[in-house]
Amino acid sequence: MQKLATIFIAVLLAALMLSGCTEGGATSPSVEDTAQETATPAPVADEAAQETDPSTPEGEITVYTALEDEQVTEYLAVFNAQYPDVKVNIVRESTGVITARLLAEKDNPQADLIWGTAASSMMVLDDQGMLEPYTPAGVDRILPEFKSDKQPPTWVGIDAWETAFIVNTVKLEELGLSPSDIKSYEDLLRPELKGQIVMSNPNSSGTGFLTVAGLLQLKGKDTEAGWDYLNKLHENVDQYVHSGSKPAKMAAAGECALGVSFGYAGISQKSDGAPVEVIFPSEGSGWDLEANALMKKSEINPISHIFLDWAISDEAMALYKENYPIIATGGDGTYEGYDSDPVKQLIDNDFVWTAQNREAILEKWIKNYDGKSAAEE
Amino acid sequence: MPDRIKHRFSGVNLPQLTVMSCMLAAFTVVLVLPLFSLFSNAFLSKTGGFVGLANYARYFDTPSLSVSVWNTIDISLVSTVFSAVIGFLYAYALARTRIPFKSFFKYTALIPIFIPTIVHALGLVYLFGNQGILTGLGFHTELYGRFGIILSEIIFTFPQAFLMFYVALEYADGRLYEAADSMGVPPLAKFLRVALPEVKYTAVNVFFVCFTLAFTDFGAPKVIGGNYNVLATDIYKQVAGQFNMNMGAVVGTLLLIPAVLSFIVGRLMDSRNTGTISAKSTTLTIKKSRPRDAIFFTLCAFVTLSFLTLIASLFLGALTKYYPFDLSFTLKHFAFNMSTGGMGSYFNSLEMSLLTAVFGTVFVFIYAYMMEKTNGLGALRKYGKLLSVLPLALPGMVIGLSYIFFFNSPENPLNFIYGTVAILVLSNILHYFSVPFFTATGALKKLDREYESVSESMNIPRYKTLLLVSAPLSLPAILEIFMYYFVNSMVTVSAVVFLYSAHFKVASIAISHMEEAGDISQAAAMSILILLINVFVRLLYELIIRLMKKRARRKEAI
Repeated sequence: MQKLATIFIAVLLAALMLSGCTEGGATSPSVEDTAQETATPAPVADEAAQETDPSTPEGEITVYTALEDEQVTEYLAVFNAQYPDVKVNIVRESTGVITARLLAEKDNPQADLIWGTAASSMMVLDDQGMLEPYTPAGVDRILPEFKSDKQPPTWVGIDAWETAFIVNTVKLEELGLSPSDIKSYEDLLRPELKGQIVMSNPNSSGTGFLTVAGLLQLKGKDTEAGWDYLNKLHENVDQYVHSGSKPAKMAAAGECALGVSFGYAGISQKSDGAPVEVIFPSEGSGWDLEANALMKKSEINPISHIFLDWAISDEAMALYKENYPIIATGGDGTYEGYDSDPVKQLIDNDFVWTAQNREAILEKWIKNYDGKSAAEE
Repeated sequence: MPDRIKHRFSGVNLPQLTVMSCMLAAFTVVLVLPLFSLFSNAFLSKTGGFVGLANYARYFDTPSLSVSVWNTIDISLVSTVFSAVIGFLYAYALARTRIPFKSFFKYTALIPIFIPTIVHALGLVYLFGNQGILTGLGFHTELYGRFGIILSEIIFTFPQAFLMFYVALEYADGRLYEAADSMGVPPLAKFLRVALPEVKYTAVNVFFVCFTLAFTDFGAPKVIGGNYNVLATDIYKQVAGQFNMNMGAVVGTLLLIPAVLSFIVGRLMDSRNTGTISAKSTTLTIKKSRPRDAIFFTLCAFVTLSFLTLIASLFLGALTKYYPFDLSFTLKHFAFNMSTGGMGSYFNSLEMSLLTAVFGTVFVFIYAYMMEKTNGLGALRKYGKLLSVLPLALPGMVIGLSYIFFFNSPENPLNFIYGTVAILVLSNILHYFSVPFFTATGALKKLDREYESVSESMNIPRYKTLLLVSAPLSLPAILEIFMYYFVNSMVTVSAVVFLYSAHFKVASIAISHMEEAGDISQAAAMSILILLINVFVRLLYELIIRLMKKRARRKEAI
């Protein structure tokens, strides 16, 4: 009698799983509709058949990235113009989430490769032995400080992003300041800016961390000077937020007078018409790279190599440069939104020191500022 | 008489035992094992060695971390009290007064769950932020921080409180009120001594549901929490900022405390709770009372108005060129970026939500029925009840990560569902299990146990009683559960963000990407599409209920 109910549940579970199976299959029509179509929907051959003709490679790869959606769409269109039969399946998340996901998937990686994700994350993944060394074609063009020091490299940088102050000109005026009054880190300590600054939290945002790490290096790595400065800065900070671009957005929306964020975040707000100016601190900016890497898997998809080669080609670099003017091949010419060569803006970043001290810096930062501000409520 | 029959059948009932075991086994696989694979990290060092409680000691030794525990309790308590009180009054207004525009009020009360929580926060910024409309009018508030979180949590938990109270109040036994009236009990006393005790069980549930939802919510603290640290943002910092899964697991286990507490309280309450609707119940007729209706109407209007303001800001953002700088009309924000999945992700969301709603509703209802209407099996039942409250306490991030650890493991025979829609559906069914379970239990509790006793004495199989008596009688609750699953699956972010695959993107994730990228207008546009489908499903639900009532009336007439 009640067996019926049991059977019913069994059928239910089976149906659920079955529906899962078909959804997951690459040939299911519903998936073809919904998956990101970057190529003409060609029937997918199995992996062995993929390398039949190297000139027109065919197949699909799964790419994890922290690049912005808009950029991914734009870049892939160019990639697919050259490789129309390669289907690139993208999982895009913010740097923190994509790295956490990669780490959690460690035992059975889903991604074939990582594209445009922070070098600081790459170092964590590399430490865990999750990256497969690979020398992409043309890697010699990448400046040495913009790729891993291993041979062959485990990760290769494509572009850099750097600390910048985004000021809301209207709000500044209300405070009796003009954008030209803000030039350096020291200017952030001006009494007029008390409670007017929004900065990203280094514990949840890569930009927050590169800013703090950059500052500590500028003030002398192992002295207390950097922390003295941060103590004073804390007096002027209204809040620490959990995303790198948010301070720029809040400045653009007038939610704060000054956001400590990164260059591109401010420049894109400005070109959208927000009343902001982007200021690079005269002492120099802390920075991090967006980098590519191959995942260590039992079977490496050969298409991954093709993609990684393309992803540092001149064609790709030119695309990156439109959004992030500091590209890993160095380069010259003009930079939209920048008055001078932005590469000179970057401090001499000691990645080894940063990686070694990461935990200690974050712990001290939490102790000094995170709890203090919360207790004040 | 019923007791004697019950006694005769209280021995081990094999088919019941089988069904119950199967359900519990399934639940164990989707809840306990994944959690175990994540939470075991709490007792390991970064390199994987066993360290006992050292991680906990470290957590509580860092005052700035442990202050989050108190902060979280603080905001959860305050917002729970507010949303429970407002939710009850609102539900009372709709179920027990004769105010006009009831169905309008019923829809608008649900607005907050029809749109992703990120949109609440954006709306609050439009209203109370430093550049907000109300701030401009002179309401100066410290939005970022405690105030903002509490406000946001009230908005977020209000619909749940309202719905639960509404379902409870709808199943009234008119005889109680007739009796009170014939004894000449004054209205206020009637409210306090009859209506309130009637929803005692629901009130406790509402309290725990709202408390735990606020306790584990991540969306609001992330967007407008300012420097006010809570446990959910702490997990995020540990996992996505410092990549420290061990400490993340420590914080995750702390978040389970309210669920365990509510389980204990639930156990204590259970023994005292008996059905209030017997087979002899009559429907309640609501008397006229102008002052009462005026008060309740004002309250409903106020709540509704504040929600409509949220929606208005959404439309303003989606349909203008660059809010607030250029207010000319445009539809360009509905052209989504390809890499967010575009419109495809919207249809994926529909598919995922429908599957979640169908399978979730069936599972929840049978589960609740097994818990509520079977006899014996004491230990199994206790285990089952504990399982049913746990999901409430799990932040989506914990579910997402534990599903990766468990289902992505190559040794797991269920590995094949990883990266498919099935794992998204499973995680949604689990993530939103508790509230539907309470709804179903609440509805079933009100049904007289005599139905079961009679069917047993007549040797009618239990599944027939379930299908032909209990289910039809609880149909409003069942539809409510379906709605709840559907709507929440449409807007959920925190769990699926770790589980969706490149082949299957969903709209709610697209919205959070758009928000992160600063494409607020696109985010608003997608939210409107989600809102529309949710309202559509709600209308469908109302239609079905109306048809059912009509049919029931026709039957009565015959």
